[in-house]
Amino acid sequence: MLILDKLSKTYPNGMHALSDVSLDVATGEIVALIGGSGCGKTTLLRLVSGLEAPTSGTVSVDGEKISAPHPAVGIVFQEPRLLPWLTVAQNIGFGLDHLPKSERDARVDEALLRVGLSGYGPRWPRELSGGQAQRAAIVRALVARPKALLLDEPFSALDALTRASLQDHLLGLWDAHRPTLVLVTHDVEEAVALADRVIVLQPKPGRIFAEIRVDLPRPRDRLSHDFAEAEREVLAALDGSLTPQQPAKTGKAQAAGWW
Amino acid sequence: MSEAGTLDPARDTASDTRTTSARRRFAVSGSTFLLGLILPVSTALAYEAAFRLGLVQARLLPPPSKILVTLWDLARSGELATHVGATTLRVLLGFGLGSLAGMLLGALTGSSPTARRLLDPTLQALRAIPSLAWVPLFILWLGIFENSKIALIATGVFFPVYLGVMAAIANVDRKIVEVGRAFRLSRSAMARRVLLPAILPDFVVALRSGLGLGFMFVVAAEIMGASEGLGYLLVDGQQLGKPDQILAAIIAFAILGKFGDWLLVAGSKPFLSWQDSHSRIS
Repeated sequence: MLILDKLSKTYPNGMHALSDVSLDVATGEIVALIGGSGCGKTTLLRLVSGLEAPTSGTVSVDGEKISAPHPAVGIVFQEPRLLPWLTVAQNIGFGLDHLPKSERDARVDEALLRVGLSGYGPRWPRELSGGQAQRAAIVRALVARPKALLLDEPFSALDALTRASLQDHLLGLWDAHRPTLVLVTHDVEEAVALADRVIVLQPKPGRIFAEIRVDLPRPRDRLSHDFAEAEREVLAALDGSLTPQQPAKTGKAQAAGWW
Repeated sequence: MSEAGTLDPARDTASDTRTTSARRRFAVSGSTFLLGLILPVSTALAYEAAFRLGLVQARLLPPPSKILVTLWDLARSGELATHVGATTLRVLLGFGLGSLAGMLLGALTGSSPTARRLLDPTLQALRAIPSLAWVPLFILWLGIFENSKIALIATGVFFPVYLGVMAAIANVDRKIVEVGRAFRLSRSAMARRVLLPAILPDFVVALRSGLGLGFMFVVAAEIMGASEGLGYLLVDGQQLGKPDQILAAIIAFAILGKFGDWLLVAGSKPFLSWQDSHSRIS
């Protein structure tokens, strides 16, 4: 559904951020991109969103090439980036200008309810806590009903408790329309908690190092043995990605009973 | 926001807290207004008392009571209205023209790097010229009547507005603009829905400093030759040795300028209530 074909990006200052990244993401799949700093995670997401153009290679969604921001692809940034002069409700409806007002209001109200912000619609963004603002930012991207939603370390600025609750919120939202999710993170637990597939990137230049399937059923128990096993596997791959040596390998974190 | 508002986010509670805080803000602005009056009023009263007790010679600095009488006489005869009207009209025309030009050129150089590289060096060089240096040229080109005065005021207003708008647009947060791009806003929608609201606070400041300079230059223009206007009252008072008239004109300027500034602030306030700045409470 979302296909990256040999994506490379070299910045004008000569920084070789990404090299030949190819990835095929299925409809409704949740993919986590993880890697050390400078491995091009954020660059990759910006290329997929169409905010930046690749030096070579293509991104396509359902066969359609992405060369500029596209209605089928939504993005949530690291910071909420709510517009401070719009109320929370107006922020959430920001991308729905083309819809009739009744439809827009209905979608915004539903979104507010879904992320536990009902009643906050007429407030200013400055009155929200960090977690509330990021929830508003996520539904701002989702109310436009994109086929694919990109998330760039969306929870990295939040404390561990808020982060876990927002991850659950995200899964709940995802369940409603099942868009494809591509999540950039540097948090192994987050990757394992959310993703069907974890892609480990290797830095300088950014490229895919390993791919780990997480076949645990949802909702996932963070304290279970299998969860810890999957985390360990991702961690091992991450370690490997940072020590420059052997080529990429593919692993499998399986649910209990598979071996 | 109150603690109750945070705990119970129901709509009515939110609006309730808002009305109370609006009422409180009104009371606060009333008391700050009075607070601002303490220094000028007590100084005036002290001087008046010193004059009554014969402690000062009031030939060159007349007591407040005399200035107020002069002001009252000018107002009653209708003279004050004529002068204030003439000055206000000049400032309005000059401010309108100057701020409009500053806004357009500032928007152009702020949003287009090419336009900035092309135009900004020249405009900055022109800005370095003291605006009063243009007076002889303006009089030569536009005559000694209204046009040259308005041109001078417009020149004075133009530069702060231009500079403010250009800097505000160039400094709009890239991250916010990216949100607009991600939602595929057209150029005009980006300007209307993202850039304009983002620069509004700085734009109001630019207009305020522009208006301040407008008043500065209207005095210069009127001192150099006018048959009416508050600046004319100043010159007239000097030539006829009437310090009370000069001070009356100065007070009228202070009130007029403060009123104009207040109009700009009050007019923009409803659009800026979203601001999260430390001065929001006062």
